[in-house]
Amino acid sequence: MAVKTIEEKTHQRQDYLWTLNFGPQHPATHTTLRIVLKLDGERVVDAVPDIGYLHSGFEKIGEHLDYNQYVTVTDRMNYISPMSNNVGWHHAVETLMGVEPTPRCKYVRVIVSELARISDHLLSTGAIGLDVGAFTFFLYAFYQRELIYDIFESLCGARFTNSYTRVGGASHDITDITIEKIRAFAKGLPGTIQDMERLLNKNRIFIDRTQGVGLLSKAEAIASSSSGPIARASGVTRDLRKDEPYLAYQDFDFKVICSHAGDCYARYHVRMEEMKESLKIVEQAVENLPSGPIDIGQEARAAMPEKMDVYQTIEGTITQFELVMQNRGLEVPSEASYAATEAPNGELGFYIVGDGSNVAYRARCRPPSFIHFALFPQLIRGHTLSDVVAVLGSLNIIAAELDR
Amino acid sequence: MTEEHTTGEQTTEPEQKVFEQIAAQFPGLAVSAFRGQTRVVVSRDELITLMQTLRDEYSFDMLVDVTCVDYLNYRGAEDRFHVVYQLAGTDSGLRLTVCLPLNEPDLNAPSMTALWSGANWMEREVWDMFGIRFEGHPDLRRILLPDAFEAHPLRKDYPLQGRGERHNFEVLRRGEG
Repeated sequence: MAVKTIEEKTHQRQDYLWTLNFGPQHPATHTTLRIVLKLDGERVVDAVPDIGYLHSGFEKIGEHLDYNQYVTVTDRMNYISPMSNNVGWHHAVETLMGVEPTPRCKYVRVIVSELARISDHLLSTGAIGLDVGAFTFFLYAFYQRELIYDIFESLCGARFTNSYTRVGGASHDITDITIEKIRAFAKGLPGTIQDMERLLNKNRIFIDRTQGVGLLSKAEAIASSSSGPIARASGVTRDLRKDEPYLAYQDFDFKVICSHAGDCYARYHVRMEEMKESLKIVEQAVENLPSGPIDIGQEARAAMPEKMDVYQTIEGTITQFELVMQNRGLEVPSEASYAATEAPNGELGFYIVGDGSNVAYRARCRPPSFIHFALFPQLIRGHTLSDVVAVLGSLNIIAAELDR
Repeated sequence: MTEEHTTGEQTTEPEQKVFEQIAAQFPGLAVSAFRGQTRVVVSRDELITLMQTLRDEYSFDMLVDVTCVDYLNYRGAEDRFHVVYQLAGTDSGLRLTVCLPLNEPDLNAPSMTALWSGANWMEREVWDMFGIRFEGHPDLRRILLPDAFEAHPLRKDYPLQGRGERHNFEVLRRGEG
C-alpha cells in the first residue's frame, strides 16, 4: 500500500518509467527482502526498500526468555556469523550485571568471534563475486567456511546455530583437538585468500562492475550511522576493537583496515584485508591462551556449574537449582546499559533494561544490517539495474538481522 | 550485584570534564552514570537544542541507535515511555545516552532526521513498534509490520501469546484477485 502511494504521487510526470519488483524471492537478494525499483531504461531512478518479511519479534521474545535462553535467538539474527552475536549478547548482559569473565573465557570468545568474522567475510565477498559472475571465487570461499563450521562443531557440537556463550562463561571449554583444527585452518587460509585475490583483485570485469559503484562519502557514512567495514571503506577509522577494547582485544597486535574510495570495490577490499588481520588475532590468541577455568565459578553465582559438580557436590546442586528456577536465577540490577561489540557487519549493540528478575525487561538489538540497508536507495540511484546486486552484495544485508 | 563489580572502562577524567560542561550548559538535565556509561534525561522542549549542541560542539557526530522502552509496570518508573538515543563520537570515542520521557496521550517526539539521516529508519521502527510519532519525519510509515497492522507490539500491554493479528487479515483467494 505504501509503495502504491509513492507511485501515485509521481505517476503523472513519470509514466515513461518502469516499475520493477526485485525480490522478495530473488536469488541475488540471498535472503527475503523486496526492493521496488523505478527504471528509466536500465538506469535506476529510485529504489524503495520494502522489508519485514522475516520479522519474527525477536525483541519481544527477549522480554520473555532469560539471559541464557535468549542466546539461541541471537544465533538466528545474523546466521552468517552466529558466534559473534552470541558474544555480543553476553557481553552486553555481563556489562549490565557487572560480571567480568575469566581471562581464558575472554580469549576463547575472541577466537570464536574472529573466526566468525572470517566466516562472514568469506561469505559476503564470495557472494558479491557470485553476483557479478565469479563463481569459482565463491566456491573457494565456501570451502574455507566449511572448515570453520568443523571447528565450531568440535568446539560446541553445533555447526550452524552455536549458542555457545553463557553468562560468565561458555557452554564448553576449548579442547586440544579444536586448537589443532584452528592451527590447521590458520595454515591453510592465507593460501586461499591469495588465490581469491589473484582471481578478482585485478580482474577487469570485476573492477568495472564494482569500482565507482555505490559511492558513500565519509560524511554520509557518519551521518547515516553506518559502522564496520562499510564505514571503514569510506574512511571512518572507527573499530570498537581498537577504540573501546572489550574482551581481550587490547592484548593483540592487529591493524584496522580502512579505505578512502567508499565504493563496492573498497568494501570488498576492506573485507579481504580484514580476514588477514582476524587470522593474525586468532593465531596470537591460540598461542597465548591462558589456562584456568572458562566459567567464573560458583562463588559468583552467575555461571552454570559443571555437570559433575551438580551431581556430586551440594554446592553444585544448589547453584544449579538457584540459577535454573524461574523465581530465583541471576541477580540483575534494575538498571539499563548499552554495550556494543564489533560484529563482522558493524557495530552490534544491545540495550538491555534489567528489572531485577532473570528476564530482560527490554532487549533492544542495534542491528548493523538494518542501518546499512537504509543507505541502499542513496547508493543505487543513478546506477544500472545490474549494479543492484553488486551494491546489495557489498552491503552484506542479512534479512534475518534486518527484520529480527 | 553492587556497584563495586563494575566492568569495562570507567569514565576517565577528560571524559568526565566533557559531561560536566554539558551539564553546566543545560541545567535542566538529569545526569546519571552506570557502569561507566553516562546518561542524561532531557525534556522534549530541550531535546533538539541539546542534540544540535552535542553534535556541533561536543563532537558527538554519530547517532548510533534510537530505541524506546515502555516502562508500564516497571517498579519505580514515573514515565510510560523513554525514547533512548545512543550517541557516539567517531573521533573522540565518547558515548552518551540521551533519554526522552514521554507520557500518554501526547506521544510526540521531535525527529532527528534533520541532524542525522540515519535516524530515518530507526525512528520508523520506533513508530512501528511503540506508536511514538516523530514530528518532522519525512516518511513516517510502518517499516517491519504490514501497513494494515493496528497495534504496536513492543508495548508491554501487547501480549506475547494469543490469537495472532493474522486472523484479522483479509483472505485473498485465487481468481478473486
